[in-house]
Amino acid sequence: MSVKRFEEYIKKHSNDPEHELQVLNLGPTHPSTHGIFQNILLMDGETILDSEPTVGYIHRAFEKIAEHRPYNQITPLTDRMNYCSAPINNIGYLMTVEKLVGLDIPKRAQYIRVIMMELARITDHLICNSVLGVDTGALTGFLYVFQLREKVYDIYEQICGARLTTNMGRIGGMERDLSPKAIEMIYDVLKDMKKTFGEFETLMNRNRILMDRTINVGGISAERALSYGFSGPNLRAAGVDYDVRLMNPYSSYEDFDFKVPVGSSGDCYDRYCVRQAEIWESISIIEQALKNLPDGDFHADAPDFYLPPKQEVYNVMEGLIYHFKIVMGELPVPVGEVYHSVEGGNGELGFYLISDGGRSPFRLHFRRPCFIYYQAFAEMIKGSMLSDAIATMSSLNVIAGELDA
Amino acid sequence: MDKQEVIDQLSQRFEGHIGNLEETCGLTTIQVRRAYIFEVIKFLKEDLSFNFLTDLCAVHFPDNDEEMRFAMVYHIHNLFENLRLRLRVFLPESDLTIDSMTPLFASANWQERETYDFFGVIFNGHPNLVRIMNMDEMEVFPMRKEFPMEDAGRVDKDDRFFGRTIHNE
Repeated sequence: MSVKRFEEYIKKHSNDPEHELQVLNLGPTHPSTHGIFQNILLMDGETILDSEPTVGYIHRAFEKIAEHRPYNQITPLTDRMNYCSAPINNIGYLMTVEKLVGLDIPKRAQYIRVIMMELARITDHLICNSVLGVDTGALTGFLYVFQLREKVYDIYEQICGARLTTNMGRIGGMERDLSPKAIEMIYDVLKDMKKTFGEFETLMNRNRILMDRTINVGGISAERALSYGFSGPNLRAAGVDYDVRLMNPYSSYEDFDFKVPVGSSGDCYDRYCVRQAEIWESISIIEQALKNLPDGDFHADAPDFYLPPKQEVYNVMEGLIYHFKIVMGELPVPVGEVYHSVEGGNGELGFYLISDGGRSPFRLHFRRPCFIYYQAFAEMIKGSMLSDAIATMSSLNVIAGELDA
Repeated sequence: MDKQEVIDQLSQRFEGHIGNLEETCGLTTIQVRRAYIFEVIKFLKEDLSFNFLTDLCAVHFPDNDEEMRFAMVYHIHNLFENLRLRLRVFLPESDLTIDSMTPLFASANWQERETYDFFGVIFNGHPNLVRIMNMDEMEVFPMRKEFPMEDAGRVDKDDRFFGRTIHNE
């Protein structure tokens, strides 16, 4: 693929001995893009003059598929968007449907959801930060914290049976209660995390090479970031303290005490530091949730939406009827439209759902934070070195699945 | 400033061009006439500090009247006061054009390209209105309701038995 304006520029300046112009394809598959997207760069020596991003390589038409599926079969689509923090996507979608239906979720289920979402946030941030190390030449930290992700995935497995694409939770609550084994595993992993992240930060935070590679690289002002629709850690690194968990608390986030770390210059190092600080806040939220975990049910009393226990399905006729109706996708979702957003790993993850009372959504639109802020990448790397573009991309944490939906 | 104040100021300034307020699931929807959507959003951004365009997307209503067959939906957020607002503009199928929001919000650029790609809505004043997810050679707009999800000629699978039709036909 070629970009016309690049070719014209090269043609115009081809006899200029001061320039060494060429077009460089960064991607579609490049080890440091962590996904499939292409950037066509106009290079002068090692400086990027202009760039043209191409997206859509793994577009899977989730919005179209969602219009043809019953409500409880859409959750698996959502965890294939941001696959680094699938539970946040799942639970965000489920909360959207619950908001439309008007279900009250018991406190215990909300707390379990908070624990799962914060674990997901930690895994999302640890991948981004450790991979920033890899892309700037330090593999050690990555291998060191990656074992934590495996342990968190073991917890997912304990809770929902899956590791990467979790399909966690059901409309009305969680599919099963937090077992004593799972609680023990979470405490264990938190203990590991404190030790490992402490050591990781000793290795990375004041590391001269990392600081040289990231400070004043890929910066963006707060004003441009807002205009570009940045949200989440990338916006907070630019100095805007917008966090959906705090501004529009959902799933009982108002019960927890946590700080919203902000940066100032919006460069790669600030984004690194904000994510790192958020990991500690997430650990603290999980501890508070486990400490104050309320007793009660792990799902709402909503027989129209929530599958009855197997005991009832096999022995009671009503149970069998409800089971059959729900499995066949006959959920009495009212007519209406709803927008609900959660704080995803990368920012405000929104779901805009229109229901016409049918068995599938009339329209389901996902606000994918990656898709919206990745547009700024071309502006952020303009005039910088090629190696800075790599660091910028990895600190933005662009997830191809979320970008392309 | 609260929600009522915003609505009052809007209805004062754009009398007759906005209307049909609905409140669903905690979010107010304002219907705006197509010719005024840019002015309304500009007013919201510059005078009422709605500085964050959360989301924009299109919706296809094939059963509506011709004048209202498509809708553009904007979610806009005032981060200072934490106010959210939804704006809806209906578009006729024969003339699917609307002003681009790119002069106000840089984030509108790709979102409008995506909307064009899937619904065929033309945004006046957009700097680079080409397809973004699908290939450039594509001639259809796949998120329109009449576009089938799977090959219509397929005979090996009867959708009725898999719970995949929309209305249980």
